[in-house]
Amino acid sequence: MGNSELNTVGQSVRRKEDYRFLTGCGQYTDDVNPPHHTHAYFLRSPHAHANIRRIDTAKAKAAPGVVAVYTGADLTGVNGLPCGWLITGTDGQPMKEPPHPVLAQGKVRYVGDGFAMVIAETPAQAKDAAELIDVDYDAVPAVVNPVEALKAGAPQIHDGAPGNKCYTWALGDKAAVDAAFAKAAHVTQLDIVNNRLIPNAIEPRAAVASYSRADDGYTLYVTSQNPHVERLLMTAFVLGLPETKVRVIAPDVGGGFGSKIYLYPEETAMVWASKRVNRPIKWTAERSESFLADAHGRDHVTHAELALDPDGKFLAMRVHTTAAMGAYLSTFASCIPTILYATLLAGQYTTPAIYCEVTAAFTNTAPVDAYRGAGRPEATYVVERLVHAAASEMGIAQDEIRRRNFIREFPYQTPVALLYDTGGYDACLDEAMRIADVQGFAARKAEAAKRGKLRGLGYAAYIEACGLAPSNIAGTLGARAGLYEVGQVRVNPTGGVTVFTGSHSHGQGHETTFSQVVASRLGIPIENVEIVHGDTGRIPFGMGTYGSRSLAVGGTAIIKALDKVVAKGKKIAAHLLEAAEADIEFKDGKFTVAGTDRSKAFGEVALAAYVPHNYPLDKLEPGLDETAFYDPTNFTFPAGTHICEVEIDPDTGKVAIVNFSACDDFGNIINPMIVEGQVHGGVVQGIGQALLEQCVYDQESGQLLTGSYMDYALPRADDVPSFKVTTKVTPCTHNPLGAKGCGEAGAIGAPAALMNAVHDALSAAGVTYLDMPATPHRVWSALQAAKH
Amino acid sequence: MSVSLSLTVNDEAVNAQVDARTLLVDFIRNNLALTGTHVGCDTGQCGACTVLVDGNAVKACTILAVQANGSKITTIEGLAKNGELHPMQAAFKDCHGLQCGFCTPGMVLSAIDLVQRHPDADEATIRAELEGNLCRCTGYQNIVKAIAQGAAAMRG
Repeated sequence: MGNSELNTVGQSVRRKEDYRFLTGCGQYTDDVNPPHHTHAYFLRSPHAHANIRRIDTAKAKAAPGVVAVYTGADLTGVNGLPCGWLITGTDGQPMKEPPHPVLAQGKVRYVGDGFAMVIAETPAQAKDAAELIDVDYDAVPAVVNPVEALKAGAPQIHDGAPGNKCYTWALGDKAAVDAAFAKAAHVTQLDIVNNRLIPNAIEPRAAVASYSRADDGYTLYVTSQNPHVERLLMTAFVLGLPETKVRVIAPDVGGGFGSKIYLYPEETAMVWASKRVNRPIKWTAERSESFLADAHGRDHVTHAELALDPDGKFLAMRVHTTAAMGAYLSTFASCIPTILYATLLAGQYTTPAIYCEVTAAFTNTAPVDAYRGAGRPEATYVVERLVHAAASEMGIAQDEIRRRNFIREFPYQTPVALLYDTGGYDACLDEAMRIADVQGFAARKAEAAKRGKLRGLGYAAYIEACGLAPSNIAGTLGARAGLYEVGQVRVNPTGGVTVFTGSHSHGQGHETTFSQVVASRLGIPIENVEIVHGDTGRIPFGMGTYGSRSLAVGGTAIIKALDKVVAKGKKIAAHLLEAAEADIEFKDGKFTVAGTDRSKAFGEVALAAYVPHNYPLDKLEPGLDETAFYDPTNFTFPAGTHICEVEIDPDTGKVAIVNFSACDDFGNIINPMIVEGQVHGGVVQGIGQALLEQCVYDQESGQLLTGSYMDYALPRADDVPSFKVTTKVTPCTHNPLGAKGCGEAGAIGAPAALMNAVHDALSAAGVTYLDMPATPHRVWSALQAAKH
Repeated sequence: MSVSLSLTVNDEAVNAQVDARTLLVDFIRNNLALTGTHVGCDTGQCGACTVLVDGNAVKACTILAVQANGSKITTIEGLAKNGELHPMQAAFKDCHGLQCGFCTPGMVLSAIDLVQRHPDADEATIRAELEGNLCRCTGYQNIVKAIAQGAAAMRG
């Protein structure tokens, strides 16, 4: 990077995108209103599990304003929705992939399973008409818990998945682990439920599908984190359309957190129907539909064991997890509790032997897929709860047991497939302890005790793997997609730069961060850089945003494209300056002949490229527009320590977070303000999981009991305090930015830190185990039970 | 049943005929094409649809358009004057009090109402007053900071 004032890397540049969001000029999918558009409404199953004997749509079709009514039977030639990751089980067999119909036919498998689509002139008319559809249901028993689903005699959800089992998969050396446990001085065991969560981006899912007779093409506006993947899956796998005939636009998207990665049934049915009705169709989910039919997260039941030597050194870890898939396999469901979970069980520690076995079960619930962190919060929760419990049982301080086991030499090959390139775990632990004022904790605890309150301190030393890669290795592990990213840098004749990125921002601030990267590299003002994302009609095939990959993978693709721009610029400048190409240096926006003051500004070179009057046309194409695809050679490994201090009122069971401190290592940072914001948001989602949020289905009826914001406790401003967050830096070794990713860290570290604090506080009262969320009722009940 | 409405929106007189069951938020979004007012939950809980009705923050999904007849309404589009952000908008930008931007219009308008009632609000008051506005991105910390800064700027 150059050193001029135009180099803003590392500065908290205020966001370019904010003006439009703050003035109501953002354009979200529901703001798109093509002329003459219609409205869709999806009729969803009120039963968790039912055979549909008959559907009569005659009255609905005759209702006022109705344009069309479609059921699954009408969608001839339409395939089911595909799953993007093939897991091969311990038996050598591929996972079970039962059909995932766009509109359910013959059978509905969860409350919210859509089976009919009404298209009408207004939303109210569509909804009113849907009530006129006569459905003859034969309700059958349902099962919503993944452990129950695998038991003999459980209701069978799919014919093609006997015993409701999708797969059993394993990673690690079981024999070595068993041998280590046999000689362990101490074994810590925990049974852990990782609670099911509902993502709840504040913008509900929405879509606007249009068909044009002029070119036999379709345009889909949709709330998506990855429009190219959406288009590929929809056209090639489901609808059988040429990719060239479908343009997918994900405009401003109001939060994703994973839930908008997937190809969903609604927009697929709408694209199909838009040609039939020959009018645009719009649908925006009501919040109750979001609760029912967005892909949920987590939902693991785990038995975990840690073997230790007499000094508290970890010898081995053994983990058995049952993971819910829900009623159908969502786009990346299968890889979350496997590839993105078991591989993270080494954490920050030198545990030499780890074995993890995962059984995935179908349940009569909404599909489960990636939600912020996706497998990695579940892994961190297992590791850090085990470490906390082991330290407590063995009388070792929480920081000390972690220090005794930290990895300190890099690169480090874990026993669960990952190769950590770099890290500095002591530094983050030390700094987190400093800002959390751990030294003063004993006094604060004593003071709280005088007031009858229970104080606790909890640590989570987490690791995550971001920028899932490389594609060829992922392919051998079952990935059905590439994992690279694309960046195109189009220099305009007057020197302004338009950057097309396959990454997608739905709150992350790419327009600012990426502009900082580009402007600093080219030595031009940030205002001269425009970032374009989210439109398959404008951008080369990219993979979108998930797994904290945008800067490390998408940013690197842009850097690679910039390198090509600079390389070509040097050739042009050499010609203009009548110097050898090898003598041209590029710095601070100028191409200079080394050792001279002869130079050409970046803008002059750009103009020469597009007005090639004085130009080496015999050797060089005109224009300055370069594209790069970047496929990472490894994951990146952000890590850090989060420390939470809680105070519990034993009379009410209410847990108050009195302090939350985080020290994270995200590698090099472009915009500290944006990074801090990502941590704040992630931490509150983590606190939400640990303290407030839980998706509950009735075990008998399969009804969703937490179907609104009155029942599902999304964190509110007064549920959380302000946090102290800081960073340490060990740059990633294998991308030119040295960046690792920061989007999910908060949601990964916070649940374990908070629950360890709760356990620390409650241990004096004899409470030994509590699952998330630590609601007042649960905490109070546990305290009462411990008294008796 | 159609009813006639006469009201002021962002300092402009508006006269319209609407279906009596039209919610204020749908009137603002669909009839007036002011799409900065968002719908996040349609059950009155998320606050993304908050507008000012006669200076008071109101969730526009909780009242009918006809109930706003004769009122003076300010939506997010009406805050900035001549391209210059309102002090609260400017504070949200300066403090990174927004990420995806979807809850932001409601947050900003709630914040203005909050500051009118509590010009010197401390953090606890700001957090308590934000009960009716959900944000899933920011963790609220920078929203709270922005409101304190915006309040100071509004005090002048």
